Amino acid sequence: MPEFEPIVGRYFTMTVGGEEVRIYVEEAGTGIPLVCLHTAGADARQFRHLMCDTEITENYRVIAFDMPWHGKSNPPAGWQEREYKLTTELYRETVQVFCEAMELDQPVIMGCSMGGRIVLHLALENPDAFRAVIALEGADRLEPYYDTEWLHRPDVHGGEVAAGYVSGQVAPQSPSEYRWETLYAYMQGGPGIFKGDLHFYWVDGHFDDRSGLIDTSRCPVYLLSGEYDSSCTPERALATAERIKGSSITIMEGMGHFPMSENPALFRGYILPVLDEIRAGRQVQPEST
Amino acid sequence: MIERLAEFVNGNAALVRQGRYVDFAILVGVGEIDYIVEIDAGRIAQVRRRTINIESGRFAIRAAAEVWQEHWTPMPKRDHHDLFSMMAAGLASIDGDIAPFMQNLLYFKALLSAPRPTSEGA
Repeated sequence: MPEFEPIVGRYFTMTVGGEEVRIYVEEAGTGIPLVCLHTAGADARQFRHLMCDTEITENYRVIAFDMPWHGKSNPPAGWQEREYKLTTELYRETVQVFCEAMELDQPVIMGCSMGGRIVLHLALENPDAFRAVIALEGADRLEPYYDTEWLHRPDVHGGEVAAGYVSGQVAPQSPSEYRWETLYAYMQGGPGIFKGDLHFYWVDGHFDDRSGLIDTSRCPVYLLSGEYDSSCTPERALATAERIKGSSITIMEGMGHFPMSENPALFRGYILPVLDEIRAGRQVQPEST
Repeated sequence: MIERLAEFVNGNAALVRQGRYVDFAILVGVGEIDYIVEIDAGRIAQVRRRTINIESGRFAIRAAAEVWQEHWTPMPKRDHHDLFSMMAAGLASIDGDIAPFMQNLLYFKALLSAPRPTSEGA
């Protein structure tokens, strides 16, 4: 028999936005549920290193699912007749329905990029449902720096241009193998999916006018942002932390926009203390700038 | 450094193959100096200073000389490590016909970072 990784993947169907979607989910470990949300235009493979890290999985049940339209999850029937566009409400509902379907009790939610944005919305709207939220490369206010129209048109290869868009979001220090594995997932995305996700990330998801209402005494908020992130820049992450009173902010040196997949060894040094603190139930203090 | 682009690119078989459908010139501005970079099936055919203002390329990418210098160091500072990051930070610009740039985005990013030692071609 081969030496299997501890990750186990399964499928189930849930109803989101009034439509049935077949969802792919994988998990490893036991303990506190840790739900991981992938970046825009990608899928849950980004979290494979966390799921194979016994220091994490001995205390956490690490769960990652592909959003509808992404990875091995299907779009709803009839998808071919519409343009995919992720909204704040649909994204929030998707995560909540997933957690309910999985019967998770007070999970920790960790998302990256667009996932890092939605966890802040979740902390605001439903703080008692989550033990804590971790926003990787997530901010309450972002500004677009490229034209998303190029991501979905017949004269440009959608997968390759998506990878080209985000390649600079990987820090130059990150290992080549993981840089290209991260980009490969972008090359595999469905037509227009990255663009549709960016509707939430850059257009619909702003809430810097309300993020200050997050009650971190009910739902602790951890923000971690990479030094080389050109989108959720350290400055934008710091500004978000300033507005969310009681939140913890860490700037990860030598890291880009995909910490869990572009440089897993470096990332574990940042995330293990956070997970330990959440498990211990401690309220952390801001760590670094 | 940009004058030596051919030696950084043409020996990189994977990069040349990636740009195999690129058969046109682009303009690269390094500070005040404009260069015409002629590309033939992914290979650098010629790099020369623009001598008359009517010369151009399908598109033009410009940045300050010190920005390019930092871009070509082994471990560039943030905002200098990638063409899009340079643009996001207001340190570089692109003008002209953007379509062929987008159609070959990974190639052009790799091309312009090729002088970087141990460049990943990001």
